[in-house]
Amino acid sequence: MTTTGHEVDNYPFGAATKLELHPRYAQARRGAGLLRVRMPFGGEAWLATRHEDIKFVLADPRFSRAATVGKDVPRTFPVSSAGSTLLDMDPPEHSRLRRIATKAFTTRRVEQLRPGIQANVDELLDRMVESGQPADLAASLAWPLPITVICNLLGVPYADRGSFRAWTDTALGLAADQYDEILSARQQLSEYIAGLIAQRRVQPTNDLLGALVVARDNEDRLSEEEMVQLGMTLLIAGHETTASQIGNFVYTLLSQPGYWAQLVADPQIVPAAVEELLRWVPLGASGGNGGVRIATEDVELGGQTVRTGEAVAVVVASGNRDDKIFDHPDEIDFFREHNTHVAFGHGAHHCLGAPLARMELQLVIATLVRRIPTLRLAVAAEEVPWRAQRVTRGVLALPVSW
Amino acid sequence: MKVDVDEELCCGSGLCVVNADQVFDQREEDGTVVLLTGDPAPELHGAVRAAASVCPTSAIKLVE
Repeated sequence: MTTTGHEVDNYPFGAATKLELHPRYAQARRGAGLLRVRMPFGGEAWLATRHEDIKFVLADPRFSRAATVGKDVPRTFPVSSAGSTLLDMDPPEHSRLRRIATKAFTTRRVEQLRPGIQANVDELLDRMVESGQPADLAASLAWPLPITVICNLLGVPYADRGSFRAWTDTALGLAADQYDEILSARQQLSEYIAGLIAQRRVQPTNDLLGALVVARDNEDRLSEEEMVQLGMTLLIAGHETTASQIGNFVYTLLSQPGYWAQLVADPQIVPAAVEELLRWVPLGASGGNGGVRIATEDVELGGQTVRTGEAVAVVVASGNRDDKIFDHPDEIDFFREHNTHVAFGHGAHHCLGAPLARMELQLVIATLVRRIPTLRLAVAAEEVPWRAQRVTRGVLALPVSW
Repeated sequence: MKVDVDEELCCGSGLCVVNADQVFDQREEDGTVVLLTGDPAPELHGAVRAAASVCPTSAIKLVE
């Protein structure tokens, strides 16, 4: 017991295994909902497990991300927030910075990318099929597709993917003894983006990095540091999350009987299936990996009082299984109506890349269903290897045949 | 039904357009919501309610 009179769980409750959710979340949702936890770094925080509380924390302006910058706040990752990055800002500064990038992710703009992304998917599948089976779907499709798309969008050279993928992987580590490596990887990413920006000051480009340089040099809409960090955010978030989810989704569809067949029989349901997989698949290794929010005044939440200065983390994967919102929440059901999942978050920091992520996920799944309807795992599901000690869950390889 | 939007709150997610593209659009230059009609036809009301409920920043205000 602590001085607050609450029981305190150690958090995360356990190591993330495959796509399994720890039973403590369901228990929490049935009980108090808002738990008190001890983070691996920085001390204690509140943990929101219910859909309603999660949406509230993510949307209410009294919960601040900017208040975490430069402080040893409770967190699941060793290196604390640096500032100058979208996720470390509050409105109105946040809105100012975000609006520079939203132009590239409007519904209309992303729709224009459809034919190009379809062509990318087809080309990668051509190569995978030509190389014969079994194939590693992670290496052949899950990683190259989002990397190709974000490289085209940003103007990052595809040839550099070995480097930036490795730096990203290290930068998203969770282990305490990786502190220096994580800082170093962030530094290398920062220098890499700065180098690409410097090229655009000599030779302007029409890509998104070029647009950021114009916003800075011609319009003074963001600082040098904000520009570099925004470029980094777009590169990291633009490939790592989508690549992980492609692997997670195909694994889920192939490892549990019936789901793949449903899609093959009725490809029209692929968009709804993607939404349901977004809901069901826990992408985060735990909650709080986006960072906690700090209460700037006392706030009533889930029947408790969060005091000024206290930290709150959310677990979107838990909110996505809340039986107050979703019937039979632990089952995958492609025919749910009103699938109000919070996989992309909520509030002002709602995933900027969501339209692009949805486009990529829909095209990958729809194309696999259409072109390789006999797709199956080439090994037993238990033999698929998984990443460990990273902010997101993902397969290390996905051996498939057809 | 009367619809209004708060451009300051809008984060440019475009979810309103996905749900009700006859009522909402996005500004080309920064993705901020554009209200096409403040008085949508009855057959669009369901879609508008869905848009209001998924908006990440509750930037859509409905008066029914």
